[in-house]
Amino acid sequence: MADNNLNKEAILKVEDINVYYGSIHAIKGISFEVYEREIVTLIGANGAGKSTTLNTISRLLNPRTGNIFFLGQNLAKVPPHKVVERGLAQVPEGRRVFLQMTTQENLEMGAYTQSANGAAELNKDLEMVFELFPRLKERRKQVAGTLSGGEQQMLAMGRALMSRPKLLMLDEPSMGLAPILVEQIFEIIENLHRNGATILLVEQNAQMALSIASRGYVLETGKIVTTGTGKELLASPAIKKAYLGG
Amino acid sequence: MMTFLNFFISGISLGSIYAIIALGYTMVYGIAKMLNFAHGDVIMVGAYVCFYAVSRFKLPPLAGVALAMIVCTFMGIIIERMAYKPLRQAPSLAVLITAIGVSYFLQNTALLLWTSSPKVFPSIIGRGAFKLEFNNFLLQGQLSVSHVIVLTIVTCIIIMLCLTWFTGNTKMGKAMRACSEDKGAAQLMGINVNSTISMTFAIGSGLAAIAGVLLCSAYPTLMPTTGSLPGIKAFTAAVFGGIGSIPGALLGGLLLGVIEIFAKAYISSQLSDAVVFAVLIIVLLVKPAGLLGVQRPEKV
Repeated sequence: MADNNLNKEAILKVEDINVYYGSIHAIKGISFEVYEREIVTLIGANGAGKSTTLNTISRLLNPRTGNIFFLGQNLAKVPPHKVVERGLAQVPEGRRVFLQMTTQENLEMGAYTQSANGAAELNKDLEMVFELFPRLKERRKQVAGTLSGGEQQMLAMGRALMSRPKLLMLDEPSMGLAPILVEQIFEIIENLHRNGATILLVEQNAQMALSIASRGYVLETGKIVTTGTGKELLASPAIKKAYLGG
Repeated sequence: MMTFLNFFISGISLGSIYAIIALGYTMVYGIAKMLNFAHGDVIMVGAYVCFYAVSRFKLPPLAGVALAMIVCTFMGIIIERMAYKPLRQAPSLAVLITAIGVSYFLQNTALLLWTSSPKVFPSIIGRGAFKLEFNNFLLQGQLSVSHVIVLTIVTCIIIMLCLTWFTGNTKMGKAMRACSEDKGAAQLMGINVNSTISMTFAIGSGLAAIAGVLLCSAYPTLMPTTGSLPGIKAFTAAVFGGIGSIPGALLGGLLLGVIEIFAKAYISSQLSDAVVFAVLIIVLLVKPAGLLGVQRPEKV
């Protein structure tokens, strides 16, 4: 684990959570932390529990036991729609942009919790997103359903950024995208990171994820089996064998 | 030609009522993904409230309508909170059966409170009519359009414009659209899905009150079962236009009204409902999502 985190307070602290789908024990006592300005990645095969973990942090799912602390506060009693206000934004798996709304409206929905800031601030945030994703500016008035998969991923990320998150959670941003677009998306993630964002990244594309991550956790059927810095995990022979195809 | 025009206008008027009711079905379906079969009975309650307010308590008609809207709005919220909200995670069949249960509950409560004897709805709009004289090569004679018909059509247009503006331009309206597309994603935006669903029931039920008053002004017999057939027909209209779509509810409602009146006039008054449903079946065979319904494409 990175030593420079030892004296810092974690932005996100997941403490021994257990999540069930009915009688299926999906998450079996997972604990991990995310510190400021880190990219932390959860990698693992299909069904390892990566998305379940994110959805539990976002409060879309309830852990049966265990606690989640965000900025030092326990999220257990916080209703799901109040999580965003606290600075936790999730880009869900499969993007899930509002297909029948325009690009601009999608971004406005992202700023749903920020409406008290007024129109000037909203426009500033819009400009920030458009600078990051110039394609979205061109497609501003277009209905999101007509965007390409890559553009929808950008929109989903832009939408999450509109809520001015302190922690951005990305769920499989590379899913279903052509390799060139995957690279583009990862460049954007690195870019966000350089600008000071803290990111929790869930990926099946372990190679890509580990190459940009400060630290990584490897999930296997609902448990964390290995952890280390991105470089360490990339180099570890066991990980290479299991996840990186050789 | 004149009679045709007269029938057409009555059809539009009846269709406007269907459209207003259909809005309640379609909005609730769009967001809660459930068919609120109690919606027709909310109409009946609205009509009774207005009836008693105006004929028993001598309130001015507008106050009666406002009172009916308030009562129905709260009733909609309470029905949702007590009957449907606990079933949010339940299979849709359970919700459907509950909705039918709520419908019977409302009808029987009305039966207890107000008995089964029909009430004659007061003519709060007035029985007058606009008379238009035509004397040209196309149209000859007098066209008489009652105030009720004009008011019904105007009300429907106003409601449509308001709703279109509301869903397109307000924060709450946009949140409703977001919820109707993807509740999970809406929640991730910080939208309170539960209160949005409540809001939808409130709007739908408030509109049902207006529809109830308009319906009983056009057909002034009020009974505990008054709402059920128009309710079913408005549901048909919503499906016809594409359930979940607000313009679809308008189009479906208007078409249904016109078809029904024409079928009554030119085919057979007994067969009119059969004709209406036959048209529905044909439309659904050709376009299963309804006229303006959306089939959502999945992008991979």
